[in-house]
Amino acid sequence: MTILGFPPDLLVLQAFTGLALGAVYVLLAVGLSLIFGMLTVVNFAHGAFFMLGAYAGVFLLAAGGNFWVCLVGVPLLVGAVGLFVERFLVRRLYGRHIDDPLLLTFGLTYVFVELVRIGWGKQALPFDAPEILQGTVDIGIGYFPLYRLFVIGVTAAVLLGLWLFIERTRYGLIIRAGARDPTIVRVLGVDVGRVWLLVFGLGTGLAGLAGVLAAPLQGVSPEMGTTVLAEAFVVTVVGGMGSLVGGIVAGLLVGVTVAMSALLLPEMSKVAMFLLMAVVLLLRPQGLFGRAGLMS
Amino acid sequence: MQRRHILLGTAGLLAAPAILRAQGAGTIKVGFPVPLTGAYGAEAQDQVRAAEVAIREFNESGGLGGRMAELLVRDDRLNPGEAATRTLELVESDKVNFVVGGLSAAVQLAINNVTKQRGVIFNSISQSDAINERSDWSRTTFHEALNPHMTAGAVGRYAFSRLGKRVAFLTADYAYGHEMVRGFQRAGRAFGIETVADIRHPIGATDFSAFLPRLQALRPDVLFLCNFGRDLQIAVRQTTDFGLKRNTKLVAPLLLYTSRLAGGSAPFQGVIGGTSYYWKLEDSVPSAKRFNDRFRAQHGGRVPSDYGALGYGGVRTVLEAAKTAGTTETDKVVEAMRALRYDYYKGPQYYRGCDHQSVQSVLVVESKTTARDDVDVFDIVHTENPDEENLRSCSELGHG
Repeated sequence: MTILGFPPDLLVLQAFTGLALGAVYVLLAVGLSLIFGMLTVVNFAHGAFFMLGAYAGVFLLAAGGNFWVCLVGVPLLVGAVGLFVERFLVRRLYGRHIDDPLLLTFGLTYVFVELVRIGWGKQALPFDAPEILQGTVDIGIGYFPLYRLFVIGVTAAVLLGLWLFIERTRYGLIIRAGARDPTIVRVLGVDVGRVWLLVFGLGTGLAGLAGVLAAPLQGVSPEMGTTVLAEAFVVTVVGGMGSLVGGIVAGLLVGVTVAMSALLLPEMSKVAMFLLMAVVLLLRPQGLFGRAGLMS
Repeated sequence: MQRRHILLGTAGLLAAPAILRAQGAGTIKVGFPVPLTGAYGAEAQDQVRAAEVAIREFNESGGLGGRMAELLVRDDRLNPGEAATRTLELVESDKVNFVVGGLSAAVQLAINNVTKQRGVIFNSISQSDAINERSDWSRTTFHEALNPHMTAGAVGRYAFSRLGKRVAFLTADYAYGHEMVRGFQRAGRAFGIETVADIRHPIGATDFSAFLPRLQALRPDVLFLCNFGRDLQIAVRQTTDFGLKRNTKLVAPLLLYTSRLAGGSAPFQGVIGGTSYYWKLEDSVPSAKRFNDRFRAQHGGRVPSDYGALGYGGVRTVLEAAKTAGTTETDKVVEAMRALRYDYYKGPQYYRGCDHQSVQSVLVVESKTTARDDVDVFDIVHTENPDEENLRSCSELGHG
């Protein structure tokens, strides 16, 4: 039996591949979405933080760490860079037009990429998954790389943690309130500046984590953030800028769209996600789960 | 009286540069546009290093009757428009004598367009089939690099005879990929190959997982990865991750030294591919040993890459031709280049008369398991000797 000329097993495996691909998109988009939703900063340096994450991994490995150390250390290191960037650069631009922080972070991307080229050279570097996560496993419908399953697992765990933090803790409550109405929160005696600092650090830390998780999938290069930035924006736009749930649903949706188009129309696989974005923008300009008017 | 003096003086001044040029006292300028920034930055950097070796060697041997050579490196950013602008500047403002360079099919055609119009010699050091064809070619166009037809032909003949005839292609959707596939298909006709899948992917892809379940299910004998640079590194890594090596041999038309270093030992283990040069050739070819030693001495002990070596070959041929011609005058250097029978770094080579394609050997290499910093990453498993039979014929290319 075949569907569209392909055996059903293959189609299921293909869809699963799409979900795995979507997991990386989700992790990327959530950080981007978080920063935009809370701070209304369109972080064009998100891809650069992703790339920094991969190089922070290279750095930690060279310093004697192992992959597991990287998983914990990289988000902290990259998040720390994010804190620095918010405190000394982005903070000065709050209250100005939305273009100003956008241009700043756009410029920062070039700075980060050049710094990494100076430090580690232009040549891409190999980055292997730990031995225990290498190889493939039979998932019933075919063989699948163990490491990709691991990435799905880590993404799910991180999202769960993030959700609990934002929805179930006092600090999460302040973050949510700050996003709604910073003035009132400030009147209530909360230091909103600190909340924003933390959110920026968290968002960039997530980008760093995504980078080090992606390193064993594609290796490490100074330009690795460029493609990823476009993908992350597609996912956030489809899901709705500032929406966590939107980021998750859209990430998986984009992953499956890319995988399915790769099977049916391979040449179109890169355009497919942009077509999806165009359709969503036409039918629902604020994205699947977005609030209208956030950009104005 | 006075007025006449001034006129004479002015005439003398104006004539001065012309006299200098006629005496040939100026330096010989070699324009070298390569993509220092962009995805092939590492390869381009190595091309520059090797070109510097050729320049120093020329100058140490006394130059052209005392005229020294100078390399003018420009960054074409892997962009045809940028390359055309930089080349035009090199020709118009810097007054270069020769242009050598290019590291992508489209970029070298853009450079060639400019040099062709201005009648300047261009020796291209990157792969292209189109540059040999009558519509793009000109008398001042030379092609020191291999072309996809030669490379895919040699690798294909090796793969079809030894690895199997059920083949699949995963190809970057642009000129380089298409030309490679065409080369494999042509070489495959004689072997009766069966193509089970011919998948085109967008250039600059970072994830190939979506193409892999299908290839996994098809279980071809050979999977040809017709993509380049980072695309190839990522494709090899991910096909290995998906366990395709269990049933399928991975073959890249062009397996670069830099790609292998960046891609890592484990993913590339057992991958086969073609190349114009591998430094270990020094074990059997004396000129390779000579070139490597010079390169090592000049660049802190490192060994040249394949594309790097092309930078050396490309610059050395124009300079040697200028030496034989005794001038940098374009027409005479063209004649001298056409007459060259040379062995500068990889064994015997010469430019074919009709299209100035360098007829040369093609190596087939297999990637081996190595320690992280080991530079001996390939075994040379086969050498296809220089033979015009392996090129497309002059009439097929449109040369009379």
